[in-house]
Amino acid sequence: MTAEVVRADTLAQATCVHCGEPAPAGHRFCCPGCAAAYEVIQGLGLGRYYRERVLDPAMRAPKPEPGARADLERHVAALDDGARELVLAIDGLQCGACVWLIESVLAREPELLHGRVNMTTRRLRLVWRGQAERAAQLVGRIEALGYRLVPFETSALAAAREAVTRRLLRALAVAGFAAGNVMLIALGTWVGARQGMGAATRDLLHWLSALIAVPAIAYAGRPFFGSALFALRQRRTNMDVPISVGVLLVTGLSLWQTATGGAQTYFESAVMLLFFLLAGRLLDTQARGRAHAAAEELLTLRGGDVVVLGADGTLVRRPQSAIAVGDRILAGLGERIGADGVVEAGESSLDTSLVTGESRPVAVGAGSAVFAGTLNLDAPLTIRVTAAGNGTLLAECVRLIEAAEARRSRFIVLADRVARRYAPLVHLLALGTFLYWVIVGGAPIADALLVGCAVLIITCPCALALAVPLVQVIATGRLFTGGILLKSPTALERLAEVDTVVFDKTGTLTEPELRLAGRPDRDALREAAALAAASRHPLARVLCAAAPPVVPAAGAEEMPGAGIACGAARLGSARFCGVDAGAGEGPELWFVRPAHPPVRFGFIEHLRDDAEATVARLRKLGLRLALLSGDRPESVSRIAAALGIETWQAGLRPRDKVAALEAMQTRGARVLMVGDGLNDGPALAVASVSASPSTAADLSQTVADFVYQGRALAPVAVAISTARRARAVTRQNLALALGYNGLMVPLAMLGFVTPWLAAAAMSVSSAVVMLNSTRLRLARAAA
Amino acid sequence: MIILFGLLALSLCLGGIGLAAFLWSLRDGQYSDLDGAAHRVLFDD
Repeated sequence: MTAEVVRADTLAQATCVHCGEPAPAGHRFCCPGCAAAYEVIQGLGLGRYYRERVLDPAMRAPKPEPGARADLERHVAALDDGARELVLAIDGLQCGACVWLIESVLAREPELLHGRVNMTTRRLRLVWRGQAERAAQLVGRIEALGYRLVPFETSALAAAREAVTRRLLRALAVAGFAAGNVMLIALGTWVGARQGMGAATRDLLHWLSALIAVPAIAYAGRPFFGSALFALRQRRTNMDVPISVGVLLVTGLSLWQTATGGAQTYFESAVMLLFFLLAGRLLDTQARGRAHAAAEELLTLRGGDVVVLGADGTLVRRPQSAIAVGDRILAGLGERIGADGVVEAGESSLDTSLVTGESRPVAVGAGSAVFAGTLNLDAPLTIRVTAAGNGTLLAECVRLIEAAEARRSRFIVLADRVARRYAPLVHLLALGTFLYWVIVGGAPIADALLVGCAVLIITCPCALALAVPLVQVIATGRLFTGGILLKSPTALERLAEVDTVVFDKTGTLTEPELRLAGRPDRDALREAAALAAASRHPLARVLCAAAPPVVPAAGAEEMPGAGIACGAARLGSARFCGVDAGAGEGPELWFVRPAHPPVRFGFIEHLRDDAEATVARLRKLGLRLALLSGDRPESVSRIAAALGIETWQAGLRPRDKVAALEAMQTRGARVLMVGDGLNDGPALAVASVSASPSTAADLSQTVADFVYQGRALAPVAVAISTARRARAVTRQNLALALGYNGLMVPLAMLGFVTPWLAAAAMSVSSAVVMLNSTRLRLARAAA
Repeated sequence: MIILFGLLALSLCLGGIGLAAFLWSLRDGQYSDLDGAAHRVLFDD
């Protein structure tokens, strides 16, 4: 039945030829911007774009948005040869056709030297000859097509990450080259030893191996040696310490054997070990870097940009960090206010839910104090900035967060915890073996050293070092494709240990937008929606969405800050409609028309569609649930009751949320905090692990360990069950690696391990661990 | 015996060429947009 209704609706509702969004019945386009974009594309003969593209409904539609342009010139860089460069993040890039369209349009610009889209990072790099002011023109060309471009400056962190990835890739290439060649030569010596190869030939081959292996190890081992040195200087140990010790000792011993004409060298083991380890590390960095970059990009595109009103009346977009006290900023309809300040002109109401958790809009007028992060609902406001940097509400939250994050950084990953106990044991074992062979066995020191080193090679935690990162890579990749961006390297392990989930209410359990309450009269709703179609006000939008298909009323006129009038019919506040009514519960719109009694449309918060199912699933996973909100007790208790959450607290300030979480954690609970507001920021930092929806305040997304996209709440449950499965597989891997060592170490101690056996054993154990990890990929997503 | 020297040198040279090619392609940025490369193939003109 529902399917039919949907079909009927889509038939009645035309979609815009350009952006695919609903268009008014009988129209080909939803807005003049789309019509212009279509003209441009057809005019350039690029109509193929419409045939080839695939629109993803989850992404932003390619709809041109009028408004202030970003301050581009500040971001234009001058290159050595006099050309200018600008890198931009693209919002709305949907598929390969978009890349083709953008590049084809840019190819028609004569001065442009380079205009290429990077689809992986969703960036556009422009290089042109001429003035910096050309940037606005070039960007305007693309923005007219419906993409949004934001100047992108690679953060120091991202640049460092990229450098690390490149260094690892180069090291991997060198190690791979060396491993292949050294292994080939080693095979020759092994076979040669059985067929009576002369000692001179064998020594030659050993020298050749050394020639390749030693520089390769010196180069490719640096990531491990550096990290091990750093840990040792801090008087700690990590996984890289046993790796470095093992590789260096084995190399040294092999060199010595080569120089003295010994029969056995282990160059191939050392190089292969490095190759496997580098592969694991590279995968790890890449998977995490990708998720991290995606989260970063989300923040760039949502833009903390603020429209500043210049002295000469011009409008410029500037990042929040470039706002100074005394600046006058504009907050448009439906925009978030960019800084703390005082209203200078305009009357409106604000949605403060992201800051305080309160769901009821607050009325503001000239002289009212407003906070950054609140949403302007009714009419444009001009605001004089009173606080920037320290002293803002934001800054207080940031301070609380910094204090909390220092505590969380003490978490030690499982691999390092194992390595901490494992490394001394292994080194003692090798030393013990050596001493035993010398003292008790009476063997020559050279032979005893050889046996001791064989123990080191066998125990060198190749499988151990692969066991954890591989699982991390696969789990992170799975979460990534599910729209869950993991930001912290230890988040997965902390997530697996969670036993309590604490939710924020507004915007987390409920949808960020309001919904129409009750079931209003259908005719009244249809007529009201026809008026509402003329407005961009959030409540009017909700009304339109509730009554499709909407045919806009001819002659409807919006009075900013009051309502919409069309002939004798009026839609807006009670005062605007001339209705005498007390303050109702929550936000409302009144609708009056001739010959009918006034109709009231109330709006309430609505639970996310899958909130109930997700809560049930979390319970099934054995988790305790709680609700901490800054909103009024009535609305919190309503939501708590609807979901059956028994533990709830209302009216909490950021500080109180932190206190509540700390109380839980001192009682031994491991808490996952899920929240989206500015007021949740400190609590997110205090919790053992934290999550934010991608609609959250910038601050919350920065703090949260993982960010999930889309309208659903289900990712929270998916993340927990994936983390738990990942933990199980990690433990199996560790058990496999340790079990293999238990089997091989006695052989090594007895002196039975020859170079070829060591190389084979190492490869086999790594392969087993890899195969076991891929089981995680095969497992079904739903738990 | 002489053939051994020749073959060893040859194999090292071949491996070295491969390594150099990879390092060059890495520096050239050929691995920076793997997604884009997959899609660009469909729109060659």
